[in-house]
Amino acid sequence: MRNYLAGAALGTVLAMTPYGLALADTPKDTLVMAFAIDDIISLDPGEAFEISTGEYTGNTYDRLVAFDIKDVSKLRGTLAESWTVSDDALTYTFKMRKGVKFVSGNPVTAEDAAFSLQRAVILNKSPAFILTQFGLTPDNVKDKVKAVDAETLVFQVDKPYAPSFVLNCLTATVASVVDKVEVLKHEKNGDLGNEWLKTNYAGSGAYALRQWKPGESLSLVANENYWGEKPKLKRVLIRQVKESASQQLLLEKGDVDIARNLEADQLKTAKGNANLHLVSAPKGTVWYVGLNQKNQYLQKPEVRKALKYLVDYDGIANVIMAGRATKHQTFLPNGFLGASNETPYSLDVAKAKDLLKQAGLENGFKATIDTRNVTMTTQIAQSLQSTFAQAGVQLEIIPGDGKQVLTKYRARNHDITMFQWGADYQDPHTNAETFASNPDNSDEGKVKTLAWRNAWDIPDLTKTTAANLMERDAAKRAAVYQDLQKTILENSPFIIMFQETEVAVARKNVKNLVLGPSFDTNLYAGVSKD
Amino acid sequence: MTERAEQGGPETASPSRSGARQASPGRVRLKRAGLLLLRTFGSLAVTFLGLLIITFLIGRVLPIDPVLAAVGDRAPADVYDRVYHEMGLHLPLYQQFFDYVVKIFQGDFGTSVLTSRPVLDDIVRVFPATLELATIATILGVLLGVPMGVLAAVHRGRWPDHCVRVLGLFGYSLPVFWLGLVGLLLFYMKLDWVGGPGRLDAAMEDFFEPVTGLILVDALLQGDMEVFWNAVSHITLPAALLAYFSLAYIARMTRSFMLEQLAQEYVLTARVKGVSEARVIWRHALGNVMVPLITVIALSYAHLLEGSVLTETVFAWPGLGSYITSSLLNADMNAVLGGTIIVGGVFIGINLLSDLLYRLFDPRARR
Amino acid sequence: MNKPMTGTATAPQGLRGWLRTDTPQSRFQARMGRLWFGWLTFRRNRLAMLGLSIVLLLCAVALFAPLLAPYNPVQGVLNDRLQAGSAAHWFGTDNMGRDILSRLIYGARYTLMVVVLVAITAAPIGLLVGTVAGYFGGWVDTALMRVTDIFLAFPKLILALAFVAALGPGLENAVLAIALTSWPPYARLARAETLTVRKADYIAAARLQGLSHARLIVGHIMPMCTSSLIVRVTLDMAGIILTAAGLGFLGLGAQPPLPEWGAMISEGRQFLLNQWWVATVPGLAIFVVSLGFNLLGDGLRDVLDPRAGGNG
Repeated sequence: MRNYLAGAALGTVLAMTPYGLALADTPKDTLVMAFAIDDIISLDPGEAFEISTGEYTGNTYDRLVAFDIKDVSKLRGTLAESWTVSDDALTYTFKMRKGVKFVSGNPVTAEDAAFSLQRAVILNKSPAFILTQFGLTPDNVKDKVKAVDAETLVFQVDKPYAPSFVLNCLTATVASVVDKVEVLKHEKNGDLGNEWLKTNYAGSGAYALRQWKPGESLSLVANENYWGEKPKLKRVLIRQVKESASQQLLLEKGDVDIARNLEADQLKTAKGNANLHLVSAPKGTVWYVGLNQKNQYLQKPEVRKALKYLVDYDGIANVIMAGRATKHQTFLPNGFLGASNETPYSLDVAKAKDLLKQAGLENGFKATIDTRNVTMTTQIAQSLQSTFAQAGVQLEIIPGDGKQVLTKYRARNHDITMFQWGADYQDPHTNAETFASNPDNSDEGKVKTLAWRNAWDIPDLTKTTAANLMERDAAKRAAVYQDLQKTILENSPFIIMFQETEVAVARKNVKNLVLGPSFDTNLYAGVSKD
Repeated sequence: MTERAEQGGPETASPSRSGARQASPGRVRLKRAGLLLLRTFGSLAVTFLGLLIITFLIGRVLPIDPVLAAVGDRAPADVYDRVYHEMGLHLPLYQQFFDYVVKIFQGDFGTSVLTSRPVLDDIVRVFPATLELATIATILGVLLGVPMGVLAAVHRGRWPDHCVRVLGLFGYSLPVFWLGLVGLLLFYMKLDWVGGPGRLDAAMEDFFEPVTGLILVDALLQGDMEVFWNAVSHITLPAALLAYFSLAYIARMTRSFMLEQLAQEYVLTARVKGVSEARVIWRHALGNVMVPLITVIALSYAHLLEGSVLTETVFAWPGLGSYITSSLLNADMNAVLGGTIIVGGVFIGINLLSDLLYRLFDPRARR
Repeated sequence: MNKPMTGTATAPQGLRGWLRTDTPQSRFQARMGRLWFGWLTFRRNRLAMLGLSIVLLLCAVALFAPLLAPYNPVQGVLNDRLQAGSAAHWFGTDNMGRDILSRLIYGARYTLMVVVLVAITAAPIGLLVGTVAGYFGGWVDTALMRVTDIFLAFPKLILALAFVAALGPGLENAVLAIALTSWPPYARLARAETLTVRKADYIAAARLQGLSHARLIVGHIMPMCTSSLIVRVTLDMAGIILTAAGLGFLGLGAQPPLPEWGAMISEGRQFLLNQWWVATVPGLAIFVVSLGFNLLGDGLRDVLDPRAGGNG
């Protein structure tokens, strides 16, 4: 290396700072993590809806029910000990667990649970739709969601939805139970404590918030009052580190216990390091390419299909994403009710050329693809560019910052775009609704589903998707989702490519780190250190 | 532009130095200073307004939807519309701007979308990190740069001069982000001489309660030497890097000022009178270049205070530069505007101060 | 210092003699003669000559890139990724299996392009604003200088970032953004120079002859500012290269697969720990070229504008 030049220059400066510091390992009772958490905007569970906040809320708040992280179709009571569904499927009655306390010492009652759900609906922030889709509005929610007594909560919905759907939605972080007394103490101008809770905490989860320094760190401390199994480590410290290279340095030096955002090649290096181990879990996130149906070429069914044969699925999954994703072509991620594993498409240039010829485009065409300018996405776009070119489709890559690409996508100004879609809650409807429903395809359409964003007008599929919500027989419901997936696989303007795998790299002495199937089930409570 | 002081001379240092003036002792001088202040403040207000307008316009032509940063991609239409109105985006542009300026005068910089906190609180939180880094870098830069510049001038054309010159040119030619990465690799990873990215070890940071936000100062006040040395180990590398770049500039300017002085008659006279060479150089000559030198140092300090986006990125340093950058990329305009006002204010303020100093005390400027 | 050329005893013949004469026959000859002496001074400065060679080398490499590069700079062989330096790949390969040397060679083109484009946009803007302000004085001066101050008070990288964010990432936009942020110092410089000549007799004479303001500024004032401006622009070139690389590093400059050096560092940083050459080699390239421009600028200043630096 030629950096002795720089070394010499720095040496003169460094010579003036007389110290030698042996850097100690992280404290035994603290889990230290390097993680890009700059997406955190608000810590209020009624408002928060980002990946990092999902993880935070999952660890610090409890909900009435939760799914088993080994089998997401199994639900168990958490703050609710049990529940019943009325025969008409309109009324849900929850019996609260006794003796549970918030971190403040206040008991957790049905009153708190009712308040929390009402609050989320009345605040009507980004994630509120998960609850308002049951016909709850700020006006009626106080009648529909009520505490009958301290131990009984009644939850009424407007239509006979599949109970699995309703309960799955109640596992979402927006349905977290907050401490009513504590929150109302900090209410300002009727904001139901929103302003305060954005940066503070009032929950009953395994960990409690210690402090959040935006852009710097988020620290948690074990909740002494926790009703379940007590967390093994006293503290969790999440350090905001954006650079993956810096995360890697910190991890290798032992200044952090876990690095969360390493790139594919860094993971490979980590695998070969005896001091480290990798923990991974498939997530409910799919990677897809969207083809705007306003484009004269892309709207032809043959072209849509041809492009599905022009992606090097295996190459990208193995080389570029290397362990961060698996090949997956249906819109429901593995683990969801009714998810299908079919992968009929692979790179087949001859077939694609054939299809293009049928569309009258044997000489190909030109299109642009918008992508976020982060390493992995850019590399995938380059791979698409080269395979598309083999059939004469010339792709121009337009890179942009994340929010910029999204803005353009939501305005339907793209030709082709590549994005990820993460499930909003653990029920197949979240993805069905976005990939297979588009209630109003006009430019003024208010429901900006992915189908809408790609201007795919599908009145029939929209009806099927809506109707399937009322299917109370789980097997039948699953069967309809399988049909929907087949249709989308065949005809849609979506080239669904991969299901994301989240990988965390930990030091050898970190034990029992388990990542869940969703971001709010990456739980720290079981983690211990030698 | 590259996170180091501009290579300009003091000519970049702000308001014009044209206009006739006479030698003027006592009250006249005071009166003139008053007038000067008045005029400068007038043009200052205009500059600030311009800064605001440009930043505001940039914010509005960004192809990023500001509501998106606030509500995320999944928010339903009614939520989106409500926030759109809350942010005042339905109003005509001039009215949005007017409302904003009125609020500024009431001391309200608005709330940052990204952190859910008042922009002013955010800046109070992130600025000390930048201030600490810039201050240490400037101190190092002056302590090394001034003597180097003097040596170079005294030994003009001989090896010390060449060494200083080459060292300085290196400083102007190295990409700071690259040097930072290589420095981390070498001094942190391989040699273990310094702390890693961040202002403190992650585990220590959580227990540390900031008072002023300047960790070094706080640790000393609290008498916590462990934190102090830890903070020193973390700040050393980024501060040394920035110091190197400001050193290059300071040394160069010192040399050129000193050359001018050493050619003056009084130097010869002093030498003839038998004043020791060291005294001639370090007292007389250096003393006479102090005023322009302070201008140079102030300028380089001002540039460092803007927050060096690249250095902060490489060292995960939570300062003003990364705050403004990430706000910008999320179209968090309150934060960007607030940050720009502070940065512009600091820059203009420091320039103004050094300029006044220059006008009032430098004999040549009064001539 | 120059030995005075009096041309008495040994008046050399030919081109050299024509250049060295102290009784030039035409304005052209006089100018050429001055340039010649400048060159002689410049040539004695070994560091400046080194700088010039580096810059010329950069131009040559950029010009002949297709001939020099052993491999395709954007198409790699994935199986050969992240190899260390060898006979086949002198500087190794990057994460897409592309030859780093070939990318460096093609990257010279982008570096040169950035420098040239910024120089030919920012310098004229600055020159125009500065001379107009200085020449007319009064409210024109005040207004133009206020605008200049506004741009100066901005944090430059952040202003450039904002422009790039507004225009969209990409090399062309990065160039535009850098140009937009780098003209103010040139305007100040040009104004200062203009102020020194504005009251000169020859300007008044030209004015009396009925020359228009525009022709006066373009024909008589601007030329007086050019030499110091050239020095300043050359000295700034390193800064321009570093800024473009910085934007590339932040993902807002040149976009992959373009082999721009800053973007190469940015892509290579995730391999820093194990494949250090991927990020280090382009870093060194930036360093060498910036150094070249700095040495050249320093040398030019000694020749063209000896006052500014105080160098003898």
